[in-house]
Amino acid sequence: MDSPIHRLDPRSKFILTIGFFVSALMFTNIIALLVIFFAQVPGIVLAKSPRRWLRSLRGGLFLFIFIFVMNVIFGTPIVTALAFAIRFLAIMSAFSFFFMTTSADDLGLALEQIHVPYSISFTFTTAVRLVPTMAVDAQTVVDAQRSRGLELDKGNFMKRIRNYIPILIPLIISAIRRSVELAEALESRAFGASEKRTAIVTLKMRIADYLVIVATIIGLGLAVYVYLRVPLPNLVIPIQIPRLF
Amino acid sequence: MPAIEAKKLSFTYAGGEKPSMENVNLSIEKGEFVILTGPSGCGKTTLCRCLNGLIPNFYSGELKGELVVDGLNVEGRSTAELATHVGFVFQNPENQLFSLSVERDVAFGLENLGVAKEEAIERVRWAMEATGILDLRNKAPYELSGGQQQRAAIAGVLAMRPSVLVLDEPTSFLDPKSAEEIVEIIAKLSRELQLTTLLVEHRLDVVSRYASRVVVMDNGKIALDGTPREVYNDKARLIGIGLPKVTMLFHLLRSDGFQVTNPITVEEASAELRRLLTQ
Amino acid sequence: MISTENVSFHYTAGSNVLQNVNLQIKDGEFVAIMGENGAGKTTLVKMFNGLLKPTVGSVLVDGVNTREKSVAQLSRDVGLIFQNPDHQLFAETVREEVAFSLRNFGFKEDIIQGRITNVLTTLDLDRYEKSSPFVLSGGERKRVALAAVLAWDPKHVVMDEPTIGQDYLQKDHLRNFIVQITSQGKTVVIVTHDVEFVAECKPRVVLLSHGKIIADGPAAEILTNPQTLQQASLVMPQIASLMKNLKDFNPPPNIIDAFSAKAFFSGKLKGRVAAGAPTQRR
Repeated sequence: MDSPIHRLDPRSKFILTIGFFVSALMFTNIIALLVIFFAQVPGIVLAKSPRRWLRSLRGGLFLFIFIFVMNVIFGTPIVTALAFAIRFLAIMSAFSFFFMTTSADDLGLALEQIHVPYSISFTFTTAVRLVPTMAVDAQTVVDAQRSRGLELDKGNFMKRIRNYIPILIPLIISAIRRSVELAEALESRAFGASEKRTAIVTLKMRIADYLVIVATIIGLGLAVYVYLRVPLPNLVIPIQIPRLF
Repeated sequence: MPAIEAKKLSFTYAGGEKPSMENVNLSIEKGEFVILTGPSGCGKTTLCRCLNGLIPNFYSGELKGELVVDGLNVEGRSTAELATHVGFVFQNPENQLFSLSVERDVAFGLENLGVAKEEAIERVRWAMEATGILDLRNKAPYELSGGQQQRAAIAGVLAMRPSVLVLDEPTSFLDPKSAEEIVEIIAKLSRELQLTTLLVEHRLDVVSRYASRVVVMDNGKIALDGTPREVYNDKARLIGIGLPKVTMLFHLLRSDGFQVTNPITVEEASAELRRLLTQ
Repeated sequence: MISTENVSFHYTAGSNVLQNVNLQIKDGEFVAIMGENGAGKTTLVKMFNGLLKPTVGSVLVDGVNTREKSVAQLSRDVGLIFQNPDHQLFAETVREEVAFSLRNFGFKEDIIQGRITNVLTTLDLDRYEKSSPFVLSGGERKRVALAAVLAWDPKHVVMDEPTIGQDYLQKDHLRNFIVQITSQGKTVVIVTHDVEFVAECKPRVVLLSHGKIIADGPAAEILTNPQTLQQASLVMPQIASLMKNLKDFNPPPNIIDAFSAKAFFSGKLKGRVAAGAPTQRR
């Protein structure tokens, strides 16, 4: 996937995401939160990912409803409850936007460059690299055991749990064997040889990245100003939900 | 001075009842292309692991005897240290690729060694060109075929400029055509770069033409050591290694009473038969 | 009989892994399915026990459409042995490992114990009966996986890449073993790209390339055709190449193994000796 947003440095994108996060936390007013939420849309459009974004929102739908309903049950006015739910969605969407537009590769590089210890950023990159491989392994194990008559969809609850033992054990053992092979290969490429690791690819902040950071600072400043100085209309829906508690 | 010199080398894995490798005496000169073969469990992988320090650093156990590689006594040296002298290519292509792009993967060893960026970039480019994968530089490992993955592994090892190359059954997971291509690349690189090469293989029909020497191990010891033509004899057959089929054919003709040579490739066998049938 | 009728398959629309595959394997046949990595061989055999159902077309096992039975039901008759035994071994002992399959299929406990003993003896694994499968060598683990499937005596046995990582002796045992079970009437299907192994076993060979069957016939015919071999990323067995080089000596067509080749050349050379040619004999 390629777009101006995808090409941005992960560090500037993360600052932008934190900007949205902090602004969302500041407000409980529904108008402000709606503004913050919809402010992400131009970015989504620029990233050419409207459909993926909507799909990720659908994933948050359950929690959205849960937050709304729980608040109402405990006596929060409807509009405020809605605001809380929208705040959750705004934060989730901001982080989702970050991960959608940042490749695991760039993320790993960014971690290295902000001086996260190499063992941690390497663990992260390796984990990501192994996800497709382990997914194939998992499917193969399921296939192999089903071919021996294992039926995963039959039996009572306890039986079904026990049926996963023949799936988990080979998976874990395969993962361990794979790790040993990887470790051997790592050693053979002098892993850990030098304290000062070099990197042939480095991320460079470009003008667009600095603009994004400046925009984030301005946006945050605006948010703080509105929070402190601008009285926002308080919408009220005059429906009284009988207090259950 | 030989590139590899082993004297009475023995190793017993921790917890093992008997040695996996016993009293191995082996001397390999610089630039030699040697095939190491033998039935499963004969100790070939054990021997390879001693060459780059995986034994005894990664695999603990009792190591006896002497081993000098590229002028260095391996005793007390870490694998990281030996990595710039001995390059190791493993059997499973998937489990020796670490990065999310081929280019970064080939650079991995150099990055670990702290090689300066400009030099690293140049060495990476050279290694990728030598193995013919320059156009795959930005692809992710899982996007590559088995043969391409092994080429990337070889490039990653070459970039560290070792003088000895050890390959442990690198064609196991490859289809026949990819296997032939990879062995051809290995032979070419070995020749052009004067690399001392130790290739562990079962598929003798594919690799025999490139080797000047074959070492057969059996039960932890070296059983045969010589040119392919010398080694592919009755004793080798009894040990249970898979001789090239044309060599087998000539063994059969010999047991039928004909006095024939010991060809190791189809071309040699064809020429010999043609000569016999027309003289 | 296992038959596929116009089977096509894709994981995601637009890229067919299998296209219009029509294949019939009779009971007791020995078939090798060959082709390059990614040709669709494993996908095809996963349809034989219902792990995958065709997107288009049908697969029938002994007359029943695989869509109408569960994987467990189909597996009772079609034993599929995967390439890597580590993807299925999980029990504390080899005995328990083999028992797992038998229990899944509902065999009675006393019968189970008897069957385990039989299959372990057949595959020379009896001394490992109480061992953990994980401490065995690679070749031994492969045999345990084989035992686990053979224990329930499926009518059809399908092996996915049984020769990878095996040395010559192990492959020899495997070949003899296949001969043994085909003589017992079992259908054997192997997925492989080991041409030399296939040249020695001489099964029926089905060549797949890019999801389509490009050749289907006796090994001796298929493994001597350079064009189709090239398409399927395979190489000609050494003996077949040798015979091609010497075709001006009029060998019988399609010799692919060393014994038949020896018979031919022996005859020719003896003929020359008889005719007074100066070939020395010991």
